Amino acid sequence: MNASPFATSARTATNRRVESVGKTVLAGVTALLILPLTAILGLLVIRGAPALSMEFLLEAPTAGMTAGGVFPAIVGTLWLVGVSLAVSAPVGIMAGIYLNEYAKANWLTRMVNLAIVNLAGVPSIVHALFGVGVFVLFLGLGTSILSASLTLAIMTLPVIIASTKEALAAVPMAFREACWTLGATRWQTIRHVVLPNSISGILTGVILQVSRAAGETAPIMFTGAAFYLPFLPQSVQDQCMALSMHLFTVSTQVPNVPEAIPYATALVLLSVVLLVNMFAIAFRTYLRRNRKW
Amino acid sequence: MVSASPMIEVENLSVNYAGKPALDQLTLDVRRNEILAVIGPANSGKTTLLNCINRMIETIPSASVSGTVKVDGHNVAEYRDPSLLRRRIGMVFPLPVGLPMTVYENVTFAPRMAGEKDRTVLDETVQRCLKQSALWDEVKDRLDDLGTRLSGGQQQRLTIARALSLNPEILCLDEFSIAVDPVTTMKIEEVLKELNENMTIVVVTNLVLQAKRLAHRTALLLRGKLVEVGDNEVIFSRQTADARTFQYVQGLFG
Amino acid sequence: MEFAIKASGFSAIFFVFAIFFFVFSTASEFIFEKMDFVEFLTSPEWYPTSLSNKRYGTLALLAGTVSVTGLAMLIAVPLGLGSALFISEFTSGVVKEGLKITIELLAAIPSVVWGFIGLAVMNPLIIEVFDAPIGLNVLNGGIILGLMSVPIMTTIAEDALKAVPDSYREASLALGATRWQTAHKVLFPAARSGLLAAVLLGVGRAIGETMAVLMATGHAVQIPGSPLDSVRTLTATIAAELGETAAGSDHYQALFAVGVLLFLLTFGVNLAADLIVRGRSAR
Repeated sequence: MNASPFATSARTATNRRVESVGKTVLAGVTALLILPLTAILGLLVIRGAPALSMEFLLEAPTAGMTAGGVFPAIVGTLWLVGVSLAVSAPVGIMAGIYLNEYAKANWLTRMVNLAIVNLAGVPSIVHALFGVGVFVLFLGLGTSILSASLTLAIMTLPVIIASTKEALAAVPMAFREACWTLGATRWQTIRHVVLPNSISGILTGVILQVSRAAGETAPIMFTGAAFYLPFLPQSVQDQCMALSMHLFTVSTQVPNVPEAIPYATALVLLSVVLLVNMFAIAFRTYLRRNRKW
Repeated sequence: MVSASPMIEVENLSVNYAGKPALDQLTLDVRRNEILAVIGPANSGKTTLLNCINRMIETIPSASVSGTVKVDGHNVAEYRDPSLLRRRIGMVFPLPVGLPMTVYENVTFAPRMAGEKDRTVLDETVQRCLKQSALWDEVKDRLDDLGTRLSGGQQQRLTIARALSLNPEILCLDEFSIAVDPVTTMKIEEVLKELNENMTIVVVTNLVLQAKRLAHRTALLLRGKLVEVGDNEVIFSRQTADARTFQYVQGLFG
Repeated sequence: MEFAIKASGFSAIFFVFAIFFFVFSTASEFIFEKMDFVEFLTSPEWYPTSLSNKRYGTLALLAGTVSVTGLAMLIAVPLGLGSALFISEFTSGVVKEGLKITIELLAAIPSVVWGFIGLAVMNPLIIEVFDAPIGLNVLNGGIILGLMSVPIMTTIAEDALKAVPDSYREASLALGATRWQTAHKVLFPAARSGLLAAVLLGVGRAIGETMAVLMATGHAVQIPGSPLDSVRTLTATIAAELGETAAGSDHYQALFAVGVLLFLLTFGVNLAADLIVRGRSAR
């Protein structure tokens, strides 16, 4: 330590210089990170602009997918996201409630929690293997919206369970104890106190999975998404096109596609995903401001 | 006023938390319409005793219980649904817990969960309980405010109002004055004395003087064992049966 | 309702174990009965569709995964930890919130979009800059994958730094240390396990990434000699071949075996991260 703490020694001056350089470097690193998001968005807008129009959104691909729009792919993505979330959201939320509110703290529960954490980290292509093996072949659902959606549901399920548990765990234990001592049953406590104060967090978790399901490609490639279909799906037993799959198709599988088409497709996909995410973030911010305790 | 047949009978009650003993062969009666104070240093098993009376002990996974607790002559273990037992026993925790709902909903929570839907009955309950807990004047215009937004002392009285909402025969309070200012503490003590006319009250406290002011009888627990229980005139005199009681009451250890 | 909740709980648990069981059982028939286990792991020859000389060696695929992931981490670790440090220690208020939201949005970009960027933007760029014959290679995949893995690292590393008690910071600053010194002498050691977990989760994500590497790394099953060589990863192999195999065939089962390998790799990495985090919170 210096004898005079208030004197500016050469050493503190160096320290200060190191600090400002370090800070600048870190800021640069962070900027480097933000750059891709803006660059990608900008590039997609600029290069996709020639193809982008109302017709692009509302027409089917034509001329061997070298012209036309992405309407069937948008419809297909809606089907896939809708059906998969219709399965994974209720099951995942209820499973989360079970694990956080009912399950006893024993080795089985610990193992299940561990399995869920790890299932959330399983690569999407492994889910694709499971989807093909179980839904398409073993259960005989064929390549269909149902198979693809169930595969997506299995993929989103562990994340929904985890985010539900997190939202429930954020409700203080003292609230539950207070309810129990007042003679409320476990379910009454969950229904009247725990859920009303965690439903927003639970829903945010589900909304984030909407965007994930919309963006995934690998799990639906072999289970229900088609390269090209001349008609819109009529039921869950049909195949469908999907935006993510369509982007893969027009950028790798089809020769002589005008450059603007894959760019515009990517832009539509990215916009959908980012908008859903921003909605979830805005929802979460709003709810945090309005917490009741 | 204090009748002799016991309202709560605790017999040979032992509790372990993951093998660590918290209560050891405790036997203790609480008489009808008396105020019993339970005193003792930290970790002497006072809170555990309360948790056994309304079976909240079951919500602590590591706890194992032996012995019996009878309320009004019935073994509490025989209630198929513990919520039926808990509706007969009001319970107040050390730290006030306003539920994240309005003051009105807080007070009517227990009756509503018990199936009461009649709005006029609920309205009456709110008024009666808030008056009994000396909170009515402060919140009568704020019944639609969140219970969690009240001050600490108000929340503690809200907790008491809530505990009274089902007209319980027994009211248990666990160190209710920890998070409350002295003025509010005195207010609550006055309230308890009034309520005592037709209610059995158990007050866990680490304030020896509070036990002296408030209770008819006082019990001293030490490391999970009952040292002595007796009328306040005895406990707070030089003639205690156990020398440790005298020492504790005089602040010589603890 | 209570019944539905319990039923859902158990069905979710059932699904979890069904996946483990199904993928393993399909693969195990292949691994234990039809093939040489050592060859599967050590041979670089992957010729599943050859008529005369079928070979199921995954070494080259593994090398593809390792090389792309390794390069990705060279990019992602400094970016991820650096930005986490910046966001956690040198920003506040609206700027901090804005940066965190941006990172979250970055994490949401679908992998097929990243793959498309690799294909349509990086590919011609690499050909031009390095005068390479093809731009779909380890370098391309590594950069794309690196950028993709950053958000999860930043988020978790930022959480780890946030978990360091403010009293540490205050004590260090009160002793006259600059914020920079505080960061690398106090915060990094204190948050070490959390930062390590962040890196591991980034690695796990990179290993499992499929569409981006499928589109950006070319399709050459080979052990790469330089970053400009094309490769094929474990994930890309499944994605590229699953559509063409007949159910129940050797090739089909071999892909499940690759899936198991992939599963074990990511499982190991994620479990390690999980244990590290748990060890920290237990302490």
